[in-house]
Amino acid sequence: MFRILFLLFLGIGIGYLMRNVRGIRHVEKTTRLTIFALLFVFGITIGSNHALLNNIAYFGWQAVVIAVFGIVGSFGASYLFNRVLTRKGKQK
Amino acid sequence: MKENLLLLVSLLLGITIGAFDLAPMWLHNASLPMIILSLLVLQVGMGVGSMDNLGRMIRSIHWQMFLLPACTIAGTLLFTSLAFLFFSNHKLGDIMAIGSGFGYYSLSSVLIAQMKTITVGPAQATQLATIALLTNVVRELLALFGCKYFTRKGSCFAAISIAGINSMDVCLPSILRAANDKTLVPVAVFHGIILEISIPLLITFFCQ
Repeated sequence: MFRILFLLFLGIGIGYLMRNVRGIRHVEKTTRLTIFALLFVFGITIGSNHALLNNIAYFGWQAVVIAVFGIVGSFGASYLFNRVLTRKGKQK
Repeated sequence: MKENLLLLVSLLLGITIGAFDLAPMWLHNASLPMIILSLLVLQVGMGVGSMDNLGRMIRSIHWQMFLLPACTIAGTLLFTSLAFLFFSNHKLGDIMAIGSGFGYYSLSSVLIAQMKTITVGPAQATQLATIALLTNVVRELLALFGCKYFTRKGSCFAAISIAGINSMDVCLPSILRAANDKTLVPVAVFHGIILEISIPLLITFFCQ
């Protein structure tokens, strides 16, 4: 985990120092390519696990339930956030 | 949209190649996902660091902006824990870890796979990682396609919150378009950054 945070801040440092280098703009493109590579490799891990693949419907349904719960929770929390924010705005 | 399609294609291509055992050995290297992930995080950092208006964005950060990611985390985790009632075969911590992906399927699934391999072995770890991947893919797709709906029914903050980590990249254009408000950029980006930092922390915590 610290490796991830370290890399993130290292990246921010490098990006800041190189902000005037023209090539740095390509980092967005290479980021996207890296995500493709990551998903591709992850897909291979899933695909080569045949037991898992046979149960994809079972996992898929669990995934949908957890995702929908997460979304409903986020929606509710942002509703409260908005309420608090607009009430503060009216007081001003 | 085209982007999402390409993401889906790379995933499906990987699954197909894996399913028919066509992948060469080096692609099965266990440390390969972590290496690619490290490269990804480094590049995300470089992207943020090299932003033209980084200074202005940092100055425009208001203390209230810290509350939106906190709301997203609290709301998501609170409701995700309710999913435990449906799936008693999983540990509550595992379900919370899956919910802690906030739409960042690549990072969350790889992290869960890594953490869980140590404690419960590769087979169960891959199961949990797959559910994490699917959960967060579903979250991203619903956030992206439902952006307008969430903005109308809730507020622009609902769209940002539901997008999770994607509020700073994939969903950002749709959020701005749905709310018709460009000043949301710092809130949305900041929301994504805070969640991105919180994902490894939360997943490590719940996987223990």
